[in-house]
Amino acid sequence: MTALTTVSVPAGPPEDTAVPPLPWRRMAWVTWRQHRVAVAALVAALGALAVYVWTVGLHLHHAYAAAIACQPANSATCADLISNLNDMNHVLVGGYTLQIVPPLIGAFVGATVLARELETGTFRYAWTQGFGRWRWTLAKLVALAVVVTAAAGAISVLFSWYYQPYLATGNQAISPNAASPFSSALFDLRGVAFAAWTLAAFAIGGLAGMLIRRVVPAIVATMVAYTALALAAANVMRQHYLTPLLTTNPIVPTTAWIYSQRWTKNGQFAFTSWRDAPNALLQQCRSLPVGPLRKPTQATLAQCFAQHGYTQLTKYQPASRFWAFQSIEGGWLLALSALLIAATVWLVRRRAV
Amino acid sequence: MNVIEANGLGKRYGSTRALRDCSLAVPAGHVTALVGPNGAGKSTLLNLAVGLAAPSEGGLTVLGGHPPGSPAALDGIAFVAQDTPLYKNLSAADMLHLTRNLNRHFDQAHAEARLGELGIPLKRKAGRLSGGQQAQLALTLALARRPRLLLLDEPVAMLDPIARHDFMATVLTAALDDGVSVLLSSHVLAELERVADYLILMSQGHVQVAGEVDDLLASHRMLTGPAAAASTYAERPVVHVRRAEAQAHLLVRAAADDSVPPGWESHPVGLEELALAYLREPGAAALPGPARGRQAEASEVTK
Repeated sequence: MTALTTVSVPAGPPEDTAVPPLPWRRMAWVTWRQHRVAVAALVAALGALAVYVWTVGLHLHHAYAAAIACQPANSATCADLISNLNDMNHVLVGGYTLQIVPPLIGAFVGATVLARELETGTFRYAWTQGFGRWRWTLAKLVALAVVVTAAAGAISVLFSWYYQPYLATGNQAISPNAASPFSSALFDLRGVAFAAWTLAAFAIGGLAGMLIRRVVPAIVATMVAYTALALAAANVMRQHYLTPLLTTNPIVPTTAWIYSQRWTKNGQFAFTSWRDAPNALLQQCRSLPVGPLRKPTQATLAQCFAQHGYTQLTKYQPASRFWAFQSIEGGWLLALSALLIAATVWLVRRRAV
Repeated sequence: MNVIEANGLGKRYGSTRALRDCSLAVPAGHVTALVGPNGAGKSTLLNLAVGLAAPSEGGLTVLGGHPPGSPAALDGIAFVAQDTPLYKNLSAADMLHLTRNLNRHFDQAHAEARLGELGIPLKRKAGRLSGGQQAQLALTLALARRPRLLLLDEPVAMLDPIARHDFMATVLTAALDDGVSVLLSSHVLAELERVADYLILMSQGHVQVAGEVDDLLASHRMLTGPAAAASTYAERPVVHVRRAEAQAHLLVRAAADDSVPPGWESHPVGLEELALAYLREPGAAALPGPARGRQAEASEVTK
């Protein structure tokens, strides 16, 4: 049909000097101006949360101080003080509710960066300016990642302070709710983990926004992906960071992360929990001194079992490994976030729209 | 220099071929109209030229040999996308500031003066400007970058007649006074007839006609004669036949001084008429040959 001859081919690209890239600092104003509402909302929300945690935290610390100062420890007055302490601030107990903070930040700050541009079509403006689109993307994501990580790091200092009463003693006489620093919800609110998880949520959000290209679905996808990753980390991955220790000492601090415990006699497996112990043994150990809640503590029970020739084998992580675990988790989350941001930038660079 | 040069260019989205076997060279210094029905591949070609999309086959260079999306290409090309996307929550002044930060060149004084002339308040948010004002703001941002090539994708589709006229006047001023090469797409040729001196006609993903408007008009005639004789006319290549009762109108490739067979009358042809005739005959083509300057004369026309 159409006899179309080829158009003359130019003799390679022109020899004019390569255009030097625009300085990165140009993106500072751009990022601030376009995301200042998100940053302000983030600061306001975290600020309100900080005020709340600080206020209820002061009450908690006062109640804790009163409880440990109470003498004699097994009096009814002291029992009241302890149950009062354990009844405080149900919203924050165990750290479960605060788990929502990183995915919310990731979804609302991270997922909107690219999804909004792609949804409203403004990427056709932004990506055809002289700055270049992959540098534009990298500058924005890195700047916002630094902001959200710093904000999360700051508030996690407050969380650490708040949860001290639950973690400080491990003394069951004071607080039967004493938690291990490894307990799945408390571990990632403290140390470097909270900032690292927030960074990961932001990076997941950034990639989800680029892949899905619409704001609301990208937000939902970020929450889902983050939750899956956080559950996998807490329930599957974290226990393998370091090889657990094995001890026959019947008294293992409650701050340790206990993987498994079993009782043996003469090198043979006897039973798993004291609840499964032979009745004869339990009868012999019944007349033990009781704790403030009028039952024998596990530690005294274990001592009694040991006196009757039973040995308890415990596989555990000592609380002293807390920072090693924090570094490992913070490290892989940082690497993952860097990888996700790099993937997002790469997609922007090669994406055919 | 060719501001856009394509060789065997093709673009596929999944199984859809948006563009196929496109070869063209748009010389610098023209206001080029990129015309074709919806879905002809105009936006695809523009997206490829600014680097928002990557070709599936063939190649494309801009501004005399630069790959699209390269720093030199981004620096020299300003693009106003369809529906003139702006950040709705930013003020006109903020849009200027933003664009100034993102580009090597930005003529702030000129941009502010233009917005003043147009009566666009600097403090008003882009989302609260009228459609015509938004288009003018987007155009102002593009021109303030001092581009060598201005690409406009359906810039006036959403505008009322007065806003269209004002917009086109601005484009034409930039082309005439500052020597900016312009390529604008539209599915309405009437808008472009006054301003364009180069025409690219696209249909069904390929380039059908490309050439300077004057050359195209000089090499086509409309012949009017008896309908019965239309099918036997064979002296010059026929692009399109339109029958109206007893008479037939033939768009033929012929010069004004070419002989006309007895019983036929020869008239000069208008740009819109010519474009419509080609668009009704997707198989016909008028394309430049290997050497520039021979233009339409060198290419073969089939019907």
